[in-house]
Amino acid sequence: MSPWSWCAVKSDQTRVLPSGEIDDSKLDGLPQPVDQAPTERGATARFIAVRILVLLTLISGTIYIGWRWLFSLNFDAWWIAIPLVLAETYALIDVFFFGFTLWRAKSRPAPPAPPPGLTVDVFITTYNEEIDIVRRTAQAAKRIRYPHRTYVLDDGNRPAMKAMAGELGIGYITRGPGWENRPLHAKAGNLNNALLQTDGEFLLILDADQVPRPQILDRTLGYFSKRTIALVQTPQEFINVPDHDPLGSQAPLFYGPIQQGKDGWNAAFFCGSNAILRREALMQLGISRYVIELEEAVATALRGATRVLRRARRRPEAKADPRVAAALDEIRFAVLAARRAVRDHTESLATVTYRLQQTITRVSEELVGADLALIAQDLEAIGELNTETSADFDVLSDVGSNVDALTARELSPLGALSSVQKLLRSIDVDRDDEAQPLMPLATISVTEDMATSMRLHDMGWGSVYHHETLADGLAPEDLGTMMKQRLRWAQGTIQVMLRENPWAQKGLSFPQRTLYFATMWSYLSGFAALAFFAAPIIFLVGGVLPVSSSALEFFLRFLPYLVISQLLFFVASRGLSTWRGQQYSLALFPIWIRSVTSAVANVWFGTPLGFVVTDKSGPSGRAPLRLVWPQLVVAILLVIATIVGVIRLVLGIGEPIGTAINVGWVVFDLIILSVLVHAVRYRGYRAEEKSEGTAA
Amino acid sequence: MEDGPGGVVVLKPEGRLNMVAAPAVREAVASIVEGGRTKIAVDLRAVEFIDSSGLGALISGLKTARQAGGDLRIAGANDQVRLVLSLTNLERVLTPYDTVENAYGDA
Repeated sequence: MSPWSWCAVKSDQTRVLPSGEIDDSKLDGLPQPVDQAPTERGATARFIAVRILVLLTLISGTIYIGWRWLFSLNFDAWWIAIPLVLAETYALIDVFFFGFTLWRAKSRPAPPAPPPGLTVDVFITTYNEEIDIVRRTAQAAKRIRYPHRTYVLDDGNRPAMKAMAGELGIGYITRGPGWENRPLHAKAGNLNNALLQTDGEFLLILDADQVPRPQILDRTLGYFSKRTIALVQTPQEFINVPDHDPLGSQAPLFYGPIQQGKDGWNAAFFCGSNAILRREALMQLGISRYVIELEEAVATALRGATRVLRRARRRPEAKADPRVAAALDEIRFAVLAARRAVRDHTESLATVTYRLQQTITRVSEELVGADLALIAQDLEAIGELNTETSADFDVLSDVGSNVDALTARELSPLGALSSVQKLLRSIDVDRDDEAQPLMPLATISVTEDMATSMRLHDMGWGSVYHHETLADGLAPEDLGTMMKQRLRWAQGTIQVMLRENPWAQKGLSFPQRTLYFATMWSYLSGFAALAFFAAPIIFLVGGVLPVSSSALEFFLRFLPYLVISQLLFFVASRGLSTWRGQQYSLALFPIWIRSVTSAVANVWFGTPLGFVVTDKSGPSGRAPLRLVWPQLVVAILLVIATIVGVIRLVLGIGEPIGTAINVGWVVFDLIILSVLVHAVRYRGYRAEEKSEGTAA
Repeated sequence: MEDGPGGVVVLKPEGRLNMVAAPAVREAVASIVEGGRTKIAVDLRAVEFIDSSGLGALISGLKTARQAGGDLRIAGANDQVRLVLSLTNLERVLTPYDTVENAYGDA
């Protein structure tokens, strides 16, 4: 029964960036910019207080949840008792993750000034933003003090955007013909495309509506004097948000203690904009992904070869002629050995494929004399196969179609051999590395940023979270757009969890695995929210208590947990206003649930996500109520339940203490949901429109 | 570039195999193959440092040699080169042999 503790410590739901502590063994003697030393007097005291509170929270929380599981479950009402205790356990685990994150949350000292002469490309990514928004960002990018080149990466391919870039004298990059009829991979594809057309050692990535400040590179490039640093992320803050922040746009907890805490464990992650990346790290990542895909392609081809050979072996010619049978068997063994070698990584792909081809060539030559008539016939069939795999990034589908084409045919034994050889050659280790073989930014998720930084960490690179606002952004100004944005972040995070679960990444340290997983875990909160809404309704209407305990017993264990965790939250957030974030982490429960169901359907069943690019260009009046109908239904049920509960009390059916507790719980739920009232009524940031008139 | 055992052509890049040096490696491989030799060994003993461009050149050279029915193998990599090969998984494509002689031990 602790919705309070749960939402009080909601951790990562607003995304931010990483920072990191570095493995000193990888340093190469260059000046070391970073060390986690507190810079202010108060910081040390707070740091110690946070650690003490983390321990106390975890102890009290464990006592409470342990008691809940062992001594307080009402098994007669298991159908609500079990979901509720699971939800509470979920929340406690979330608290554990939050405490782990905070354990090393400190401010970094300023980095050294960067040496002169580094080359930097500034990328402004755009898809459908208005020209003027991009122009404002591009003009500011030109004013960045450290020498650099600026490019607009226009995935909308708009002539007016190109003209604007020409007018400002900056680069303009759009997708080339190589991308036609290929998966575009949204923003990740846009960045990958630009990466191979530019050559700066470092890349500053900016969303179209993130206006950089002139010192952004001077303040961040210094971190890269440590050769293991691949990423420096800075905060994303928004200037078109009123103080009461009706849409919960600002994320002071995330771009603050959370990213600083992740940074303390070298797990600060990339948030898509306002970040500087080392090109070499991305390119190495691209190569490593290329290798993995190649490996899969070879494995697929070898499986296909096995099928072709097995079928050929069953044909009458093979049975009739022992020489043919022996040849096929020899090749089959060679293919099986190759499959094993590829699977177990005992030999390199080049070695395996080379030897297999040599074997096939030799065996075929030995057979040739005996089988000429059939060859002619088969070569004709094989000639129709498309073994030209063009660009690289669809390796798998190309191989798949080749395998299908081959196995669909009835080939004579010798034909089978040469077609197997041809198949191998088509996926040989000879993929073109020029067109776009490399996809350095991860394309497994609609949030390429987090996926990419996890891979960088997996390879041993370090990251930094630099806690200083160096760009001024625009946030969505209406509820609908905001919800789409949150849905996308949540979907992307769940996609990464399903496709590349941090626990399975061998290169990550235990803290890194924990912290990536913590972010993913926080997005599962929608299901817990259902239990937290349902429990008071069920009690007030039906008198069913999921907890079998006296009120005293309950409060004795619950209150310490609640009070201490609230205190932790207060101290850790340094007095910043994080209430909005807390409200939204619960109030947007339908979004979180949908993100999980749609990402599961996408990853496991290939259903499209229904992904929409966030439109941040401006408000369009009041948001429709249908956006929040599930929350509306919940609010109405809560009110009805309260009325029923009071009536039951008056009639003498209800139990007074239980009713009081649950009415209090309902009031809390309603206060949380009330944030949506402000959000639906919000019509955009008018003050900004006025000041922009004068600024322009 | 020199002749090795068994008809193998040995390519010996030196110094830093990076964005500056990578095109030369590609061109060298291409000209060897055009000249009718297809078994190439890249002797990396004199390479102090390799980056992703250098790796790209090796992949590209492998492709060129394979298309001509030959092969490209690498040997003598120092610790930095081996570390990069390992970090990028490229060692799972190209076996780093100790010496040029071992590289074509099966030939």
